[in-house]
Amino acid sequence: MTTGATVLSLRGATKRFGGLVAVNDMDFDVAEHEVLGLIGPNGSGKSTTLNLISGALKPTEGTISLRGTPISHLSAADIARRGIARTFQLVRLLPSMTVLENVRAGAVFGHRRRWGAEADAHALRMLALVGLDRRANAHVGELTYIDTKRVELARVLASEPKVLLLDEWLAGLNPTELEEGIALIKRLRDEGRTIILVEHVMDAIRSLCDRCVVMSTGTKIAEGTPEEVLSDPEVIRAYLGDDDA
Amino acid sequence: MSMTKRDWQSITLSAVLLAVAACLPLTGDAYMLSIGITIAMYAVLATSWALFSGPTHYISLATAAFFGLGTYTTAIGIENGLNYWATLPIAAILGAVLAALVGLATLRLSGVYFVIFTLGLAELVRQVVTWGQNVSGQKGLYVLTDITEVHIYWQLLVLGGIVYLTGWAIGRSRLGFALRIIGDDEEVARHSGINTSRAKILLFMVSGATAAVVGSMLAPRYIYIEPALAFTPMLSFLVVIMALLGGTGRLWGPLVGVIPFTLLWEAISASFPNQTTLLLGLSFLVIVYLLPRGFVGLIESGKRKLREREAFA
Ligand SMILES: Nc1ncnc2c1ncn2[C@@H]1O[C@H](COP(=O)(O)OP(=O)(O)O)[C@@H](O)[C@H]1O
Ligand SMILES: [Mg+2]
Repeated sequence: MTTGATVLSLRGATKRFGGLVAVNDMDFDVAEHEVLGLIGPNGSGKSTTLNLISGALKPTEGTISLRGTPISHLSAADIARRGIARTFQLVRLLPSMTVLENVRAGAVFGHRRRWGAEADAHALRMLALVGLDRRANAHVGELTYIDTKRVELARVLASEPKVLLLDEWLAGLNPTELEEGIALIKRLRDEGRTIILVEHVMDAIRSLCDRCVVMSTGTKIAEGTPEEVLSDPEVIRAYLGDDDA
Repeated sequence: MSMTKRDWQSITLSAVLLAVAACLPLTGDAYMLSIGITIAMYAVLATSWALFSGPTHYISLATAAFFGLGTYTTAIGIENGLNYWATLPIAAILGAVLAALVGLATLRLSGVYFVIFTLGLAELVRQVVTWGQNVSGQKGLYVLTDITEVHIYWQLLVLGGIVYLTGWAIGRSRLGFALRIIGDDEEVARHSGINTSRAKILLFMVSGATAAVVGSMLAPRYIYIEPALAFTPMLSFLVVIMALLGGTGRLWGPLVGVIPFTLLWEAISASFPNQTTLLLGLSFLVIVYLLPRGFVGLIESGKRKLREREAFA
């Protein structure tokens, strides 16, 4: 995959919760069309990093910029409108609405804003992309687990983001679903989307990521291609240390 | 989005109902007219309250503050030589401004703080007005106009029609969709690009402006107004109870609660004039426990059961 100009960059991004430093002085860049894996043991600060980027949390220190413009002082809504969209580690759907309405939320209020028939048509296209167009009128309560993840992904895609943040989107899937899930993200990658992927599934990391940033207790401990970082002794130690506990 | 056949049906039905309601004064029965005014007043207040509280789930106890603000705007306006009709838009603007200020101060807070704040606000405004009147040496204000009960009733019906059209238009707009999303999951709303504070404040302004205009319209009925009358906290509680009894999930929900509750309340206040607060609290508990989604919820689950039975038949 050819990569282009820097789209997103973190410089010294830090988040403290009282005495706990959840994210410590993070620096990294994401280039256009790049799939960046953000990996590390549980509790190492991956979700918090995504929260800082999406504006769910404000950094205690440091800056985050989108195409050179600082965004870390903006609200989550403004950041979404500028083109950063995310899924949540624990899927969040709109429980009173149908599948189509859930996806329409992204189409109506996101980076590119649509309304009426145009929004519905776009939402349906996104549902087709994730393979769920047949369930458009289903209530979200009737869906299987992977289908709820698909709806959330379609909602995020419907906003036409410049940067997509996926927080353990593949977690909790059974082997068949996992295969479908990896194929789906691969398709997004082939479309040339810019993605930050927080993931634990090693197969997915190897086959999907151009580059990885590895975190341990809030700090970046390695950066490079999946092969490089996964054979890095410090990375192995961080993961094994986690398993020992 | 274009209008469906169903939209036209509901608009026609509402217009017919409004026209029928407008004929009430023709009966010439003064008692009926007086109840009609009370029902129309609570219908407008509860419907506009639910426009905001239905989707957001924020319980506002500030209705009395907006209502009293409107009543006093009209009273003070007329005292200073303004035409009655000119005081209505002024009340609407003041109501919207007060709502915007309250919204800016509180809507970032969680629901519980909002409830307490709105109740406190109503009390604060009442105390300030009482203090202002003490300073000026008057206990209350006279509102002397040639507006009759029939006029008040018709004005309230027109305002009710406007509130329904507004609610219907909001329901079909991006703002209405944004509010539904906020009601479902505020975090998702923010991350989808919705300015949640702005959406909530806009709706609260609509609700506050409407309650202020209702207060203006009712001012001539009272003839003499005092803070204890114009800012009575009982009004805020009654509006909440009636809206919840009807159900806030549909535009017509509050109306379904207002009509029976007003009639019941008239009977209760006549028979037990000293126990109204106690009975108010009891009705609140009964509604919240037995009908958490109001009559709307009851009707819709009834419809669903009927459909299921048909499906199995
Ligand atoms: N809102 C919060 N308040 C306090 N501590 C938090 C909060 N969010 C995360 N943490 C802590 O920050 C650390 C990193 O968490 P997280 O970013 O969720 O890790 P990961 O996603 O890598 O598993 C953990 O120790 C977690 O308990
Ligand atoms: Mg996480």
